[in-house]
Amino acid sequence: MSTPTLHDATPNAEAAGLATQENALGEFWYRFSRNRAAVVCLFVVIVVIAAALLAPLISPYDPMSGVGAAQQPPGSPGHLLGTDHLGRDMFSQVIHGARVSLMVGFVVAAFATVLGVLIGALAGYYGGWVDNVLMRVTEFFQTLPRLVLALIIVALFGSGLTKLILVVAILSWPQTARVVRTGFRTLRSAAFVDAARVSGVPSWRIIATEILPNVLAPVVVVASLDVASAILTEASLSFFGLGDPNVVSWGGMLQQAQQYLRSAWWMAVFPGIAIAVLVLTFNVLGDGLNDALNPRLKDKD
Amino acid sequence: MDTSATGLLDVRDLSVAVRSRRGPIGLVDRVSLSIGRGEIVGLVGESGCGKSMTAAAIGRLFPTTAARITGGEVMLEGTGDLTNLSDRQFRKIRGARIGMIFQDPSTYLDPLMTIGRQVGEALQAHGYEGSREDRVAELLAMMGLPDAAQLSTRYPHELSGGQRQRVLIAAALAGEPDLLIADEPSTALDVTVQAEILVLLRELRDDLGLSILMITHDLGVVAQMCDRVYVMYAGRVVEERDVYEIFKDPRHPYTLGLLAGTLSPEVRDQELFAIPGRVPDPRAMPEGCRFHPRCPLAVQECREKEPPKQPLGEGFSACWKYDDPRLPRAWQLAEEHVLPVGFEGIPATSDDEVSEP
Amino acid sequence: MRHSWIPLFALKRLLFAIPLVLGVVIINFLLIQLAPGDPATVLVGDFPVPEEYLDRIRAEYGLDKSIPEQLIAYLGQLFQGNLGVSFSKRQDVLTLLLERMPATLKLTLSAMVLATIVGVLLGVVAAKYRGRAPDTASQVTTLLGFSVPEFWLGQILILLFAVTLGWLPLGGDAPVRGDGDVLFNLDYLVLPAVALSFRYVALIARMTRSSLLEVSSADFVAATRSRGVSESLILRRHTLKNAAPPVITVIGYNFGFILAGSVMVETVFGWPGIGRLLYESITSRDYPVMTAILLIISVTVVLANVLTDIVHALLDPRLERK
Ligand SMILES: Nc1ncnc2c1ncn2[C@@H]1O[C@H](COP(=O)(O)OP(=O)(O)O)[C@@H](O)[C@H]1O
Ligand code: SF4
Ligand SMILES: [Mg+2]
Repeated sequence: MSTPTLHDATPNAEAAGLATQENALGEFWYRFSRNRAAVVCLFVVIVVIAAALLAPLISPYDPMSGVGAAQQPPGSPGHLLGTDHLGRDMFSQVIHGARVSLMVGFVVAAFATVLGVLIGALAGYYGGWVDNVLMRVTEFFQTLPRLVLALIIVALFGSGLTKLILVVAILSWPQTARVVRTGFRTLRSAAFVDAARVSGVPSWRIIATEILPNVLAPVVVVASLDVASAILTEASLSFFGLGDPNVVSWGGMLQQAQQYLRSAWWMAVFPGIAIAVLVLTFNVLGDGLNDALNPRLKDKD
Repeated sequence: MDTSATGLLDVRDLSVAVRSRRGPIGLVDRVSLSIGRGEIVGLVGESGCGKSMTAAAIGRLFPTTAARITGGEVMLEGTGDLTNLSDRQFRKIRGARIGMIFQDPSTYLDPLMTIGRQVGEALQAHGYEGSREDRVAELLAMMGLPDAAQLSTRYPHELSGGQRQRVLIAAALAGEPDLLIADEPSTALDVTVQAEILVLLRELRDDLGLSILMITHDLGVVAQMCDRVYVMYAGRVVEERDVYEIFKDPRHPYTLGLLAGTLSPEVRDQELFAIPGRVPDPRAMPEGCRFHPRCPLAVQECREKEPPKQPLGEGFSACWKYDDPRLPRAWQLAEEHVLPVGFEGIPATSDDEVSEP
Repeated sequence: MRHSWIPLFALKRLLFAIPLVLGVVIINFLLIQLAPGDPATVLVGDFPVPEEYLDRIRAEYGLDKSIPEQLIAYLGQLFQGNLGVSFSKRQDVLTLLLERMPATLKLTLSAMVLATIVGVLLGVVAAKYRGRAPDTASQVTTLLGFSVPEFWLGQILILLFAVTLGWLPLGGDAPVRGDGDVLFNLDYLVLPAVALSFRYVALIARMTRSSLLEVSSADFVAATRSRGVSESLILRRHTLKNAAPPVITVIGYNFGFILAGSVMVETVFGWPGIGRLLYESITSRDYPVMTAILLIISVTVVLANVLTDIVHALLDPRLERK
């Protein structure tokens, strides 16, 4: 007879979670929606994505060409947010700028996640020298001054959206690798993993189908934060004049605004607000996802 | 029914609840217990039964700000009801009247402060006037830790588990309290060290006349240490007995289950018995007798009405079936499928057939 | 002796730091090799130089030899302190860097001190009033700190305090012009330091809050309380002391990010430090300056981390065992 013994440390631990596994998605949404700020931010993200996709349709003017008098203040007829030093419509530029930011944010986060999961899974699953080597490399990448390195690489290799995305992604994976490794280390000797191993399931399948699904929660959270920091990095690079010159980007707009701080404050104010709002949104989303996916942490208080 | 005529501590109908989003959750329900001077009293039950919460309520040391006392009183000889004291007044009780020691000695010492300073700090808190250094040495020696001069300069991580527990006891006794609340003081230690700590506590009782509230999940500890014992289940005291009587003639199915799970030397290699099922979640306490979902003797009455305290010698058993002739063999009969386990009639064959409540 | 093990510990940490620095050097080398165009051009910068000079560079760095030999030659040059020459500035790169370093250190260290004071304060208030209005306010500030780009904050500060109110200087060229006394011009320092510190205020506040909350619910705090020690003594002797190491680690380990942030802020304010120099060298494709800056910032980061570990070790006796 095998029954739980008296020494069973926390008989209520599972009961305390009371998670109804059948309806994981409903449970997730219930927890997520309790974080009001996160729900608002989800809404903002959807709106910004829609605006970015529909930019050519909804923006009143071509963002790249002068369509009015230069440096008209916000509220001028036809120019809600005013015009820049070349008479381009600020509102149209801000809408178009969302495209680059979102694209860089999402693609970088996706790349960084795949890379981080791969490295973290290998390190955590195999342990030993594999882990040692991979974690030293991860530490090295975390020590590197990422922004400076990105600036220099783009300056050397030339700007362009693809290169920029690649560079930022290559510098962004360590955090994901770390959380994935931690997850794999705790699960690699779990009973269900041992069972799979004993029954001859190949390692890659254990990694991909047995363990990985169980460590995705923190990965999603980190990915959301990665989007935020990639948007910031892109803005910084563009501010340095290293963005793609053929597209409108908020960072690039701020670079131009720098010379007109005295005469056209709006050139600096609106693109900056756009960056801050979008980055804030993804940061809050990350918090919300964290609350929803790691409920135990929150329930303590 | 109550031996508290000369009681040092007299807890009456103490209830504790935690606030939660869905309203208060009761964790401790009308617990009464008393401790006389120089007495060692056990509080025993599976983990999650509310033993630590009861101790925390007495010592005003809840693990969360959401927890509070919702009823009852804690009478301390010479002071009166502790629940009426302000935090300021209560601080004078801490260490000076009531000392506390805890389960895992490695987390209850400040890792960044030397042993000597931590014990010395407790002395200082009680306005000790003599040489603190000497007194610390004396206290440590009393706990069986010689070479205090050397030990005092050490940090907690440099000590063994047993040494750390001794240091905790020294600090708890620095203010010369009348009562020591010991919450599973030996659980986290090696078996041999466990025994040493228990012996030490007994000696301290004998030498200092200390009263001890011994909290444990292990009836073996109760047998070694205690004069009297309270058995706690799901926030309630279900049986109170003299320690001799409870082993000879237990009168509550839960106590019997705990006893069956306690190692006796001759059955060491057999698989340990454990009561099937689990302690209920405080958010969903069963009606009537809270043990009924796990009890082989449960009848309809158990599910509907809380059993009264049936007096037994100086104690009681809170069970409708306290004098049922099948009681002594209840768990045996359950294992042989003569009796079902639990009111719902769940057979006790194996783990996976015991469904979660 | 309690701390007698520290020198050995420091030495070990420094030894462990060597591969990191070497790694950065190799990255630099790879960048030079892989960048489009002739490595010699990258070593010299995009600047018309006499053919003889190019030949000399090719010889010094062994550019006609195999890649490993080139790496060795490159390392050799670095060991001799040869970081190359900046043609656009007509100056030796090392001299140039040493000249610009004090301004950057002044800015980054001021920002760090400011961020520490404000961040710890915010974190303590948030922890103390957990779940109430001051906590919410502090959390919102923290969130903003993580979200606002420091260079834009710089621009907004200029708009507000320099352009509109006229209280403080614009930054711009003034500090460059007054190279000599820039170290003492506090009014020039205020805005860039504030802009640079905001993100670290957020970081430090968040860490302080969580560290304090964690420690104040630690078992040993409860145990100390059970002995009758007063709350103020518990806070002073136990809670703050135990909450400090993680905060210090966050501060130290993020010094590198402050340096990176200062690249942006110096550019906005025309602050005559390394960051501004990086901007100038990127604009003028002055490659040797760029790679040297990456190296010097990386070394600073590594040193800051080592220093942090040592401070941490001094505070926490448990580290001795490792
Ligand atoms: N910090 C807490 N917040 C909410 N509930 C708690 C907390 N600590 C313990 N509990 C609950 O209180 C009940 C009693 O716990 P406890 O007194 O620690 O049991 P015991 O000491 O008997 O093992 C358990 O159901 C447990 O889940
Ligand atoms: S017999 Fe009834 S009252 Fe007694 S323990 Fe079982 S369920 Fe409770
Ligand atoms: Mg307990």
